[in-house]
Order: sequence, then structure tokens, then C-alpha cells
Amino acid sequence: MTDKHDETTETASSGYQTPHPEGISIVLAGGAGHGIQSIEAILVNVLKKDGYHVFATKEYMSRIRGGVNSTQIRVSEKPVRSYVEGTDIFIPLDQASYERCKKNLKSTTAVLADASKLQAPNTIDIPFEKVASESGNPLFANTVSAGVICGILDVSQEILYEYITTVFSKKGDDVVNGNIKAAQSGYLTGSQLKQSVRLTFNTIKKNKPTQSLLLSGTEAVTFGALAGGCDSCFAYPMTPSTGVFTQMASFAERAGVAVEQVEDEIGVVNMALGAWYAGARPLVSTSGGGFALMTEGISLAGMIESPLVIHLAQRPGPATGLPTRTEQGDLNLALYAGHGVFPRIILAPGDTEQAFELSAQAFTLADQYQVPVFILTDQYFVDTYYDIPQIRTENIKTERFITETTKDYKRYTLTEDGFSPRGIPGFGSGLVCTDSDEHDQSARITEELDDIALEMKNKRYKKFDSVKENALPPVLIGEENYSRLIVGWGSVYNTVIEAMSIIDNSQTAFLFFPQLYPIHHSASELLQKASTVIAVENNQTAQFAQLLTKETGVGIDCKILKYNGMPFSVEEVAEALNQG
Amino acid sequence: MDSTFEYKTDIAWCQGCGNFGLRKIVINALEELEIEKEKLVFVSGIGQAAKSPQYLDVNYFNGLHGRALPPAAGIKAANPNLIVVVESGDGDMYGEGGNHFIHAIRRNPDITVIVHNNMVYGLTKGQASPTTPKGMKTPVQTSGVFEEPINPLAMAISLDASFVARGSVGEFKLTKDIIKKAITHRGFSLVDVFQACVTFNKINTHAWFKKNTYSLDDSHDPTDRNKAFELSLQSSPWPLGIFYKNEHKPIFEEELAVYRNGDKTPLYKRTRDPKIIDSLLQQKI
Ligand SMILES: Cc1ncc(C[n+]2csc(CCOP(=O)(O)OP(=O)(O)O)c2C)c(N)n1
Ligand code: SF4
Repeated sequence: MTDKHDETTETASSGYQTPHPEGISIVLAGGAGHGIQSIEAILVNVLKKDGYHVFATKEYMSRIRGGVNSTQIRVSEKPVRSYVEGTDIFIPLDQASYERCKKNLKSTTAVLADASKLQAPNTIDIPFEKVASESGNPLFANTVSAGVICGILDVSQEILYEYITTVFSKKGDDVVNGNIKAAQSGYLTGSQLKQSVRLTFNTIKKNKPTQSLLLSGTEAVTFGALAGGCDSCFAYPMTPSTGVFTQMASFAERAGVAVEQVEDEIGVVNMALGAWYAGARPLVSTSGGGFALMTEGISLAGMIESPLVIHLAQRPGPATGLPTRTEQGDLNLALYAGHGVFPRIILAPGDTEQAFELSAQAFTLADQYQVPVFILTDQYFVDTYYDIPQIRTENIKTERFITETTKDYKRYTLTEDGFSPRGIPGFGSGLVCTDSDEHDQSARITEELDDIALEMKNKRYKKFDSVKENALPPVLIGEENYSRLIVGWGSVYNTVIEAMSIIDNSQTAFLFFPQLYPIHHSASELLQKASTVIAVENNQTAQFAQLLTKETGVGIDCKILKYNGMPFSVEEVAEALNQG
Repeated sequence: MDSTFEYKTDIAWCQGCGNFGLRKIVINALEELEIEKEKLVFVSGIGQAAKSPQYLDVNYFNGLHGRALPPAAGIKAANPNLIVVVESGDGDMYGEGGNHFIHAIRRNPDITVIVHNNMVYGLTKGQASPTTPKGMKTPVQTSGVFEEPINPLAMAISLDASFVARGSVGEFKLTKDIIKKAITHRGFSLVDVFQACVTFNKINTHAWFKKNTYSLDDSHDPTDRNKAFELSLQSSPWPLGIFYKNEHKPIFEEELAVYRNGDKTPLYKRTRDPKIIDSLLQQKI
């Protein structure tokens, strides 16, 4: 790690505005119910408040109790936004956790474990549970471990205890005081450890604390949707998309959102279409299995030319797949869902700021073009969080594209560009009719095959032009005069950027696509300029690379793929790029 | 008949089909209720019955087979001031849409659901529907239907639906009055209407319905759920009228956070102060 660290400092000074693989990585692992989530929350919040940049991502098994859940926390002086394999401090809370995570240990990793709980070589014994019991309750063991980390990292004790107080205040004074005591003991152990044992990771400096935000992918999508004027949310629970739904429900009162858990995903999408028809701006959140059920509704949106916004948080399939793991495997599903031909827009944010912006934009695009818009994320993306600067909301203006109707209003009026003004029932003196059968301008069923039916088909096809014309361009990161071009989408964004900063990256650039479909016209030229094009995708067949080739005619020379349910690590991508 | 709700066009139904009679009944009911046309939305699925809104001069959302109820609830969520009437067939509502039917009753949006119950699939040419009587032979059920038919009224009453009634196209006034009451009733109203498919159902004809039905008299108390359930199990003769009413159920759209304070402003008319998002974001610092 130290060697790599020196290397990066050099490459980073050569012009990259990128996160930096310095800092340290802490992995905490335990069974579900061990309180791994709460140690994560304490550490991330306290470290951030104390001026560090932080990142956290979790990996969990599909069960409510037991199994092994782990969380990785990165702490640094510079922003850190991606998952790394290297572990500097490892705290396994039981034997199973140790066994599961030990493959990522380096010779320099400090393993802090309770020897009475597990047997592992080269560990530093810390009797977490005994210390916890002395503070009042063996259940405070997780707070002890949070204290140890804070002691090692010299975190302000004041911030630590203040945070603990707020978190536990609802549970009463005894719990607050017990946890503070537990954290204090842990803190002391951590400070002593730092002095007595040679901990080999780099020391990191704090910055001046700022009012930055800690936002997960889930939260960014939810806030973005609200900023885009989302006023309703329909869903049926499915990991990992449920977070957006629950987050939205928690804001329902204050932000004015109509939230309903529908009987199934077929109902979800149809309810959303009904709501859009009557002028609302609903968000639908789902994962692969649920999205599969929505296919007929997507087709309906195409025929009735309705706006629709669907957040699709991907997880591995087919079928129920690996419910709590990650994959970018549903692009083709989103791309081809629905029979017949009709335009659609597929967006895929790479980081939380983009998730906020694109989720807001999805509503404008859907409304403006009267097409389904998909926001593709994945489990890794929605469950990951890190600090970002404040999001500006004061300039947000919700643009609506509905028309007040007149008596002679026809929903499917033929126009030059294929877009008919969209009226809604009750707004104006006209009637708003819509039909899933082929129809004429006033939505009456037609079988005039060579006349109006064909004109309607052409009208819907015509809309592709504007949708394509206004596609979001890909973003070029790195060397302008590249010969090697990495292409990627969604959650590989930060990982690729960080990997580029630790390799010899001269003549290498990264072309990131925030919009996957339609592809912006600039893509062909940008791809052609490269002598080698490398796709990095978290799926088995490089679905996006295939689409790129189909749309641009440019072949992809090399594919870096991962599909075991885990996200790419920075080291993995860097190594693959070094070989490629 | 010249009505503001009538849309004059070439109608794709067979001559003598019960759909015509029900269309007339619905138009008359709307007429008598003096509904403001702009506020009225018809929602339907797919089938011969589901084409009904096509032949009315109203706002309509003619969606997918079996999927009339979710958009209807979505419309109420978006704008509770709209009067929403769902019109569909027995196959659409109780077959493909069965799950939505159950859950829409539980959800209880203020909508009226009129089901054209001709006990057969019309549009796909005569296969059995969930209400086809046992023994009827069809091109698919070649030895006759062996499955127990669905009893939509019993099902709705068992789920404590807010308003449950049965009409028949042969009983013009009765059915029109039921539909009027259903539309003015607050909550989910089911009106199952017996009607003949003259082309594919040679058993349950206009004459058969006349002969095998009778009207409930005033002595029936529709708030008596047990009695209503008992009546719903009766067949040959089949009772017609309002079986059951529960006026005390919470209404879906009124329970949504946005309308809970009684403000019924439709969502499209509301704007959100970005400061609210700011203040929610502040919790993430
Ligand atoms: C998803 C789907 N499956 C099947 C069909 C074909 N389909 C059209 S109408 C219909 C049955 C309609 O029966 P019913 O609701 O009883 O209406 P009726 O035609 O008798 O009035 C079917 C199966 C379809 N349109 N969509
Ligand atoms: S097939 Fe039956 S339901 Fe359809 S129009 Fe003809 S008679 Fe009516």
C-alpha cells in the first residue's frame, strides 16, 4: 500500500482531479445482529465531522440474522469514493467473519479481534466484550470497537461522544452513558495501541471540518426525484431498490408525496401510468425481477405516449439471483422491455451527485418527450455513501409540460416533430383520451392500416430524432490525446477514475456514459480516435459495449468484466488496465 | 337518444349484444347525475366490454387487459376531484385482473367499477371466463367447464368492499339506479351487471337472465353484512340490487399523506418549495 501510495501522489499531480487511493481502509465484519451497521454509522459520521473524507460500502447476506455482513470504511485526507480490496484495519466480530474476509488481508493488516471469540494468526487481542461488560452491557461491544478506531485515528473525543449521545438519546440516559463509557474505554485502547504496536498504515491528516453531506446512492436518487418534482411514489418491495421507496415514504408528509405499496409490480407501473395521465409525477422504484413484471406497462407507456420514470436498482439474476449482491446486468432488459417500437431514455449515474442531477432530470425528460425514462443503479451504488459538497437546490425549477385543453383538443394530434401537446383530465375544457390499441388523433381505436395507424407509428418513431438529438453527451476524463480509451457506465465510474490514478495512465482516457440510450452522436468519433477501446462492466457479456458497437459500428478491443456479485475493486481494475 | 355523453361512431359490437343495453344505462345514469363531463374519467382494460369508453364522449384511459384498477387508483391519487368509473368485462376484471380486484377492494379508492358479466370471453371468441357456469362447452373447454366459477359478489363482501351490487341489462331502471348510487357512494363500488353475449354464450341469453333473476325488495338492509353474504350465495334465481354497503371505510386517496389535511388540490397544481428539500438535506450533514 505504501509503495502504491507514493506512486499515486505522482500521477495525481499530473492533472487528475480524482480521488486518491491514499488513506486507510477499515473492514468490520460480523453476523447480522452484531451491530455492524451502527458501528459503520458512528464511524463514518464522526470521522466526517472531524474533517476526514469518508466512504462506506457494505456487503451483506440475504438473511435477517446470522451470516456474515461486512462494511468497508475508507478514511482519507482527499475524497474517497470507491471500493478497495486492501484492508489496513480489520475487526472481525466472530470466527465466521474472519474466515470470510481473510482473503483480503495483507501482511501489514492490523487484525483487531477478541481472542476469546475467535482464533486467528497475528491478531491484536482486544477483549471487546469484556470491556463492554465493564461499561454496563456486553452488547456495547460494537461501540467499543468504534472507540478503538477513533483512538487510533486521533478523532476528537468531543465529536465522538456528542454523536453517540444524539444517536442513543431516544433509548434513555443509561444507554447513552453506557455507550459513552464503552467508547471511552475503546478510545483509550486505540490510543495506547497506536503507541505500543507498530501499525503500518499511513498516517492521515484531517481537513478543516465542512458542512458536507453524507449521501448514499439511495438518498441521492430520492432527493433528485424530489428536486425533479416527483410528487408520488409507487413500488413493491425488492432489494436493493426498496431503499428509495422507504426513503420517499419517510419524506411523504414534509415533501408532499403520495406513496403507495401496490400489490405487485404490474400494478405499480399501471398505477404510475394512471397518475401521470392525471398530471402527477410518480416515481417507480424496482429491481430486475420486479422490472420484468413491468414490461407490459412499459409497452403501454410507449403506445399511449406517457411519461414514466423508473428507478431500476440492479442485482444479479436470472430470477431471484443473488438478492443482496451487485451486478450491472439489466441494461438489455431496460433496453428491450416492451413489445413494439417506441423511444425511451436510459440514464445511469456514476456518483451520488450525478444520481441527484439525473434523477431530477429524468422527470423533465419524461415529461418533455412523453417517453419512459429509466434510472439504472445497482446494489453497490445504492448502498454506498461518502461525503460530497452541499447540493444546491435554490435554482431548481420544476418544468412541466402539460397543456390546458380546449374543446377541440385531441391527445394525439399529428405534429412535425411527433410530439403532441399533453393535456390532463380536468385542466381545460377538452377531453383527454388515451388508448392502448392503435388509435387516431383523438385516441379512438382504428384499423385504418395504411392511413392513420401508419401515421401514428411514424409519429412515435419520429420522436426518436429529438430524443437522440438531446441525449446527454459522454464525459471524457483524463488525457485528451488518448490512444487507449476506457468506456464505462454507472457504478464503475469512481473505481475506474481511481484505478487510473494508480497506474501509468499516459495516453489513457475514460469515456463515461451518463446516458446509455440513445447514445449521443459524439460517441462514434470519440471511440474511433482510440487505438484500443476497453470496456469495464460489472456483468458477464459487456452489455453496454455490445450496444456501443451496434450503435457506432466501433468494435471493443478488450473487456474487463466482473460478475461474481461483488463490485470491482480499485486494485482489480488497475491491475487489469496495467495488463491491457 | 341524444346525450352529451354519447360518442357517435361505428360500434364494433355484434347486433343484439348486451353491451349496447349497458351503454344506454350508463349514459342515462350519467345524464341524470348531471356530472360535469370534464371531471369524469372512464378507465377500462381490454375486451369487448372494455371498449365501452370508446363509445362515450368522456375522458378515458383505455389501458391493458386486466389492468384497469391500478390506473384508476393512480388517477385518484393524482387528482381526487376526478370522478372515476371503471368499465370492463368479467375476464378482464376477475381473470387477468383478479389480483388487482382483491387489492383494489382493500385499498378502497373512491371509484365505481362496472363489470359486464357475460360469463364468457367475447373478444377472443368464446373461451370460458372465471364466471362461466360449470358444464358449459367452449372451443377450449371442450368437455365442459369443470372449475367452480368465481362469485364476485361473495368475494367482494368477504373483503368488506364498500359497495356491492348486481344489476342486469334486462332491468334498465334498476340497474341505472344502482349505477347512480354507486357513483355517488364514497369508496370502492362494485356493480356486477348480467348481460348476454349473443354470439358466444348460448346458455346465458337475454331470456335466461330475465327468467333467472329477481329484484331484492326494500326489506333488505344493505348494512347487514351476514345477510348480504347469504344473498350473494343464492343462485337460480339470482338476486339483483344493492347487496352490501359499508360507508365507514377509510378511502385510499384521502389516506395519502398529501391529502390527509383535507386539502384536495390535485398534484399537478402543487409546487414544492426547494427549501423543503434543503431542510431534508440538512439532516444528512
Ligand atoms: C395480456 C393480454 N392477454 C390476453 C389478451 C387477449 N384478450 C383480449 S380480450 C380478452 C378477454 C376478454 O374477456 P372479457 O373481459 O370477459 O370481455 P368481453 O370481451 O367478454 O366483453 C383476452 C383474453 C390481451 N389483450 N392481453
Ligand atoms: S362477441 Fe359477445 S360480447 Fe362481444 S360484441 Fe359480440 S355479443 Fe357482445
